[in-house]
Amino acid sequence: MPDLKRFETLGLGGIAHKVQTGERLSLDEGRALFACPDPTAVGALAHLRRTALHGSRTFYVVNRHINYTNVCVNGCAFCAYQRSKGEAGGFEMSVAEAVERLLAAPLPPREVHIVGGCHPDLRLSFFVDLLSSVQKALPEATLKCFTAVEIAHFAHLEGISTTQVLQTLKAAGLAMLPGGGAEIFAPEVRRRICPRKSTAEEWLRIHGEAHELGLATNCTMLFGHLESIDDRLDHLDRLRRQQDQSLQKGGNGFTCFIPLPFQTENNAIKVERPLTGLDELRTIAVSRLMLDNIPHLKAYWVMLTVKQAQVALFFGADDLDGTVVEEKIGHMAGATSEQGLTKAQLQDMIRGLGLTPIERDARFNPVGGDARFNPIDNARYNPMQEA
Amino acid sequence: MSQNIQRDVRRILDEAAQGRRLTLDEARLLQQEAPLHDLGHAAHCVRLRKHPEAVVTYVVDRNINYSNVCVCACRFCAYFRAPGHAEGFVLSFKEIGQKITETIALGGTQILMQGGHHPDLPLSWYEDMLRHIKANFPIHVHAFSPPEIAHFAKISGLTTAQVIQRLKASGLDSIPGGGAEILVDKVRRKVSPNKCPAGQWLGIMEEAHALGLRTTATMMFGHEETLEERLEHLFAVRASQDRSLQKEGGGYTAFIPWTFQPDNTNIIARPLTSPEYLRMLALSRLVLDNVDNLQVSWVTMGPKIAQLALYFGGNDFGSTMIEENVVRAAGVSFRLSQGEIDTLVRAAGFEPRQRRMDYTLVPADTRTAKA
Repeated sequence: MPDLKRFETLGLGGIAHKVQTGERLSLDEGRALFACPDPTAVGALAHLRRTALHGSRTFYVVNRHINYTNVCVNGCAFCAYQRSKGEAGGFEMSVAEAVERLLAAPLPPREVHIVGGCHPDLRLSFFVDLLSSVQKALPEATLKCFTAVEIAHFAHLEGISTTQVLQTLKAAGLAMLPGGGAEIFAPEVRRRICPRKSTAEEWLRIHGEAHELGLATNCTMLFGHLESIDDRLDHLDRLRRQQDQSLQKGGNGFTCFIPLPFQTENNAIKVERPLTGLDELRTIAVSRLMLDNIPHLKAYWVMLTVKQAQVALFFGADDLDGTVVEEKIGHMAGATSEQGLTKAQLQDMIRGLGLTPIERDARFNPVGGDARFNPIDNARYNPMQEA
Repeated sequence: MSQNIQRDVRRILDEAAQGRRLTLDEARLLQQEAPLHDLGHAAHCVRLRKHPEAVVTYVVDRNINYSNVCVCACRFCAYFRAPGHAEGFVLSFKEIGQKITETIALGGTQILMQGGHHPDLPLSWYEDMLRHIKANFPIHVHAFSPPEIAHFAKISGLTTAQVIQRLKASGLDSIPGGGAEILVDKVRRKVSPNKCPAGQWLGIMEEAHALGLRTTATMMFGHEETLEERLEHLFAVRASQDRSLQKEGGGYTAFIPWTFQPDNTNIIARPLTSPEYLRMLALSRLVLDNVDNLQVSWVTMGPKIAQLALYFGGNDFGSTMIEENVVRAAGVSFRLSQGEIDTLVRAAGFEPRQRRMDYTLVPADTRTAKA
């Protein structure tokens, strides 16, 4: 039973009503949420939504990140990780090395997240070999690999369609695409921060193709650089429209949205007013409220810091990501969070928050002892069923 | 949560937001059942009743730890060194003076001085130090926690009231609320058995208030205390403030709760999460209806949570802490400049203002903002 008086006083009465009935919010309503002088009221609404969707369930995954190369032809302005081919510090990881690193993990990972730069020479056959070798070594792991930007790059190198690339990789074991490379869709900003990367249309098209092929995917938004509030809302709106289409075609669609706060250190983009913690939380909350058809929202602690991720679980997020080890991209851009959290640490932390820890796989199916909890249906939820 | 409990929680929160005093039972119900956002909102309403202007204050100061030599050996402390330890130190008056000169150059108005319970320094050393500072520097001296006062009484054979009087006569301006930890003897016996008991801590503060010194009060939670003992702490401070205000003393200016940092200490504990901190902060705002100010703890929680805490009852950003050693020894190393604090406060929708220990504002045109 929310405190409706509070929202009415702030002029959010109509939005609060829609949140309770599960009705879609308009872009103007999104603007009102960004403009609301009380950021915690927006957080309270998002938490209402999160609770209707997931109750106290809070997901985490035992996962490993593999960054197979930092050599990249794109050279995005915000990237502290990229090296050009032949530049000092550039590296390529062999298939054997990737497998070795994954097998060295203290717990067998349920989710293997593999992304890298758009390398000019690595061919599709290398990635087919990589996926099948990893799958063979870790049959229980879900392979969540290659952003849409990498898929587009592979297609370009091979001279085939992105659908053909996806089909080939799926046959080799690919189950999911991670959500990276979306950055911000607004063309004007995209030109300034990542001019050589796939366009918004291409990124969304590839995810649509993946969904049609039965692959699940995630989606992201990089915010807090040169974009406006309207650009953020436009980004969220494009994602939910793509999701509408994918779900209509019977696909899995996007599983999880990951808002990524821009890290201001070590990159060429000078941000006039860097994000503060409250900006991050408000954007997370508005994302939860706008993305009515995407089931999960991740508090990616690597980018947020652990303490902020804990609070984000009360501002719309339901997932803490995982026991990430060897994350490089965010940390090279100045992320100050820990390099890894253990499973026990994550469980204790979630219980300490008064929430229920659920270990999941990459598609958010509960695993292990937590499998007794039913996964949440991807379809639009009915908020009256829960809470 | 049943409908009845929900209704009770809502009613109690609404009434507390209007300024009604909570009973222990009501506080316990809120502690256990109130949703995070509702608790925070009620606390923010109280904060706006007490401080209707959209201002967040902070003091520009430096923590000067005159010594780390201490006979207490509290289990939560990563800073102290036992007497005779090679890493033990006592700052000279010259070193202290240098730190004060730097503080004044950065626009600082006060120093916070605390040290260990040094077994050999006589009371006269502290009196000399205060006189030396006051003779040479225009600076507010906020110094010595009640356990240090109790220690001075023990080594000098004086009463604690006599010690406070002598320190005041030598230049002491106010007393920080450290060493409170949890003001329940059962807990103190476990985590800081050699520190003064709860009743003495409160008694020393009330003596100081009666002598015209203002003080703050703190709480360190998340170690070996129960949830109920956190409530006992809040109610002990509230009762103490009632007694001091009845005697027309100024009493406690502010309450400052923070979470225990377990690294490098002899206590194994799960580090408390930021929502647990925010809940405690908000509950403090609701229970301590007779304490004007509530400080957020960026030193332990970091800038992001400290900023959010301004919507969970906090109205003060504490201090710039030009130098901080004790929390850092326990594995936490957040740093913020005055300029960064200003940015965080403005981004949260408040005007940042430099204040003094007694919460009077430093005129805006005289302050020297340093990035």
